[in-house]
Amino acid sequence: MYLDIERKVVLPGQEIDLGGQKQGNGIYHENGKYYAYQMGIIQTYNNYANVIPLSGKYYPVRNDRVIGKVIDIAPSFWIMDIRGPYPGFLHINDTPWKNVDEDLNKILGVGDTVFLKVNEITESRQIWLSLKDAGLRKLEGGHIVMVQPTKVSRIIGKAGSMVNTIKEITGVKIQLGQNGVVWLDGPADKVLVVRKILRFIEKEAHTSGLTDRVKKILEESR
Amino acid sequence: MGTQSSMKLINEEGLRIDGRKFNELRPIRIEVGVLNRADGSAYIEWGGNKVLVAVYGPREAFPKHTQNPSRAIINARYNMAAFSVDERKRPGPDRRAVEISKVIGEALECAVFTEQFPRTSIDVYIEVLQADAGTRIAGLTAASVALVDAGIPMKDMVVGCASGKIDGKVVLDLNKEEDNFGEADLPIAIIPRTNEIVLLQMDGNMTKDELSEAIGMSKKAALYISNLQKEALLAKYKGQESEKEGE
Repeated sequence: MYLDIERKVVLPGQEIDLGGQKQGNGIYHENGKYYAYQMGIIQTYNNYANVIPLSGKYYPVRNDRVIGKVIDIAPSFWIMDIRGPYPGFLHINDTPWKNVDEDLNKILGVGDTVFLKVNEITESRQIWLSLKDAGLRKLEGGHIVMVQPTKVSRIIGKAGSMVNTIKEITGVKIQLGQNGVVWLDGPADKVLVVRKILRFIEKEAHTSGLTDRVKKILEESR
Repeated sequence: MGTQSSMKLINEEGLRIDGRKFNELRPIRIEVGVLNRADGSAYIEWGGNKVLVAVYGPREAFPKHTQNPSRAIINARYNMAAFSVDERKRPGPDRRAVEISKVIGEALECAVFTEQFPRTSIDVYIEVLQADAGTRIAGLTAASVALVDAGIPMKDMVVGCASGKIDGKVVLDLNKEEDNFGEADLPIAIIPRTNEIVLLQMDGNMTKDELSEAIGMSKKAALYISNLQKEALLAKYKGQESEKEGE
């Protein structure tokens, strides 16, 4: 059931043989040699060798879809918690709402949850968010489940296969944020099933054949 | 060093009071991911020492004036529980805890790529639940495991081991009695890949030759403990914990 992880998992400071690939993420070099700087699994993609981390905080990347929570309001923008190392800013101009004279508090209050995208990351690591794209909106109702950000790609699955399977079988509405925040909406018992599945995927993320196993568990609990 | 006494720390057969040879470590056990709320965590049992470490971050540094616009700050806090020693320890940071927090933080800073996260802080909380000499090194060893568990970019895992001098002989990994009644205690931490020393303190007296002997001994032991750290991290993803006796 488990992969041969000792072969694939690298630890910080472990030398990596790039095998002709270019140096990608999670790798540093010193004196002509290459080493991993995070615990993770080596994967090659587009001629780049990357270390895919097994754990870690969310680090924002441009155009990522994330779920944020309003933590403070400034005169023309909201300050959002996106579970990264820095807060995100959502300016009124980057939202579909027009009326700037209105109190921002009336549009989005502290504690509101919003599905956003990362618009821009400045040199000084200011993160500007946006609501101006298809599918981005304020999330009303529903439940929030937190997962590890490094496991989100596993929850999505190949071309969305995993998340679509879960949606189909349970009928729960799922909105996934790259930052590890998952918004679920549906009947309470189904939401609980999905939450259990998410925890399972998180725990078994480094193993193979996950979608089939999840399918089996979901069909049994039906 | 505590008070000098006539207490015999090495017997005629060359064994120490707990039956170890001069170059023998106490049993070490490391467990990873023991706390669910922390970003990374580790627990270490090193002889009679029991230390729990939690890592948070990188997250925005507070208060704001502590932020460094070019790199992350490492905020280590070493704390001994009131029940960690024989006589109740008055809770809260004292002179000793502040010093140890500082040296541990600086040792970790040598390994972490702090420049990747400007304006943030990486918080390392080291809680000593039970103390039996060598807690700063046990705490540091567990802290670097917890940092890896938190996914923080690092050059290598910091690892250390203390050595010292008892009854005129250089020995590895002092226990409480040896620390109290011995002649010198020398905690060392290294970055194993490059062999750099990132922490070195000494309490007591040693000659130059004894010092280099002790450093050599500690470095060798540190490389062994480094393997225990790696096993513990891999074990988290194999669903078992690593347990090994010192040699």
